Amino acid sequence: MSSASQAHDPAAAGARTKVPARRRRRMRKMTTRDRIVVALLLGIPLLLDLAFVWFPAIGTVLLSFTKWNGVGSLHTKSCVPNMPSILNNGCVYGVQNYHQAATIYPEFWPAVRHNLIWLAVFVVIATPLGMLFAVLIDRGIRGSRMYQSILFLPVMLSLALVGIIWEFVYSQNYGLINTVIGRNGNDNAIDWLGNPHLNLWAVLLEATWRQAGYVMVLYLAGLKAVDPSLREAALVDGANAWQTFWKIVFPVMRPINIVIMVVTVIESLRAFDLVYITNKGINGLELLSVLVTTNIVGETQRVGFGSALGVVLLVISLVPISIFLYQTFRREESS
Amino acid sequence: MSAETLPRIDAPARPASGPGTKSRPWGQIASQVFLIVASVLWLLPIAFALYVAIRPYSDTRKYGYVSMPHHITFDNFREAWTQSDMLHFFWNSVLITVPAVIIVLCLASGVAFVLTRVNVKVNIALLIVFTAGNLLPQQVIITPLYRIYLKITLPHFLSSSGLMYNSIFGLIVINVAFQLGFCVFVLSNYMKSIPGEMYEAALVDGASLWTRFWRLTLPLCRPALAALATLLTTWIYNDFFWAITLMSSGDKRPVTSALANLQGQFVSNQNLIAAAAMIAAVPTLVVYILLQKQFIAGLSLGSSKG
Repeated sequence: MSSASQAHDPAAAGARTKVPARRRRRMRKMTTRDRIVVALLLGIPLLLDLAFVWFPAIGTVLLSFTKWNGVGSLHTKSCVPNMPSILNNGCVYGVQNYHQAATIYPEFWPAVRHNLIWLAVFVVIATPLGMLFAVLIDRGIRGSRMYQSILFLPVMLSLALVGIIWEFVYSQNYGLINTVIGRNGNDNAIDWLGNPHLNLWAVLLEATWRQAGYVMVLYLAGLKAVDPSLREAALVDGANAWQTFWKIVFPVMRPINIVIMVVTVIESLRAFDLVYITNKGINGLELLSVLVTTNIVGETQRVGFGSALGVVLLVISLVPISIFLYQTFRREESS
Repeated sequence: MSAETLPRIDAPARPASGPGTKSRPWGQIASQVFLIVASVLWLLPIAFALYVAIRPYSDTRKYGYVSMPHHITFDNFREAWTQSDMLHFFWNSVLITVPAVIIVLCLASGVAFVLTRVNVKVNIALLIVFTAGNLLPQQVIITPLYRIYLKITLPHFLSSSGLMYNSIFGLIVINVAFQLGFCVFVLSNYMKSIPGEMYEAALVDGASLWTRFWRLTLPLCRPALAALATLLTTWIYNDFFWAITLMSSGDKRPVTSALANLQGQFVSNQNLIAAAAMIAAVPTLVVYILLQKQFIAGLSLGSSKG
């Protein structure tokens, strides 16, 4: 994109070939005051973004190769093996943090597995459900606006609030589910949120409840932007609703499909609030995000180790982020 | 943007061309049934929590949550409000959310303007820096951020602890920095749709860069700014993670993260927790009822390119 104003109307630019060059020259000729304004408008936010987002992101990578309890200073000397950890502080630890996470940290693999299950449930259930809602609502059936409002309601609530609201549904002795299915006695009650074999699925139901509405709204926006003449053409050619959606609508919605994919993956990596409000992310609800947090805000600070777990999240999240950036900005370059 | 204007154009055309109407009426019925069931299931948890909140503790203790209402009371709300000092936590939320939203929108519109209207050589690279920053999971940056917050000292009027950590100011900064990316992305897409001829005319009139930004661009971006303001207010109000990790003391936390403390405080009286949760939901429900369109427009702007 050489100049935004130019790219905007190529036909007009073609008709008056001299104009773009002249315009560009005029754009370049900025007064000193203009330059200061540009520097401020761009500089302050850029500084803020670099200092509080990108600097920490790189910091996570660097810290993950150290061993540090947060007290004292960091240095570039290697840690000495077989020394008490008090003396081995702030030193370069190589890939030991990663090694320890993968081998002797008991919560690591359960957390990875839970994150993968979370992602799988979002991909297989929450996202298709949201898309289905959107497609049905977009067909303009009676009451569609009301349905949209209701299904969208959980998106407005904070995840912390969602966790609290669902505790009444899952409550052991008084809760909605156990009372309805008659398992609310003291000896036969199902502990939905306490049983480590059940609680992840219980929390995933809460997460799906919220995520489906989110996907629905994003998808609806995409559906409404689809050129209606495309559908009409498909109808004229005798395609049914199912064929029209998969053969015509779904392919032209490629950009929004990628957005949904990004939202799905990133949200399942970010998952934190729900499990934290439920039981602080222990006993069956371990997630990578929780482990990162407990290693830095707990009593025992393992900065290097927590960073290594953060890097795992970073590496995974870079995949959908790159795909999104590529599809979004590639078109921009070419236009 | 096309995403907002199109539905009005194609909406009336849809029923006539609706494939379900003539060929498969049962498809319509199945859709209706499915959506009704989904709607009931979607409302049920909220309605149930509300039902618990309006019943006295003695009733639910005796009969369980799922039982006929013997007494209906609003005492739980009053008690939750006074006992937990909720006004205080709401005020914290206001002190964080309002400045953060205003600052994000000011900064992001400036960046978006420069990146779309001034020929900076690296504008795409910068746009990528901002956009990608917002997509990172918060936990990726929290460890160094936490250390940075413990290192930066602030004057006393900004933070009673003297540190960035555990201060309202610190929470404003991270919310601003983290949301900047999304707003820059949305606003730059929006600004690209402004016809270049308007800027040509302004240039002929000798308008300075600042005038073109402040007097020409910003007024045209009002719909996008309104949508973003709605979205950001909800998101920052709903933030849980930054407040839990970057604030140690309960009394400075905004209301959303203070709920975690209330849970401990009212552990013996679940009805009070339900009432407190419902009170905490009120601001977002107000947005939901009054500004739902703005909120959805904001999400749509973020997901569909103009």
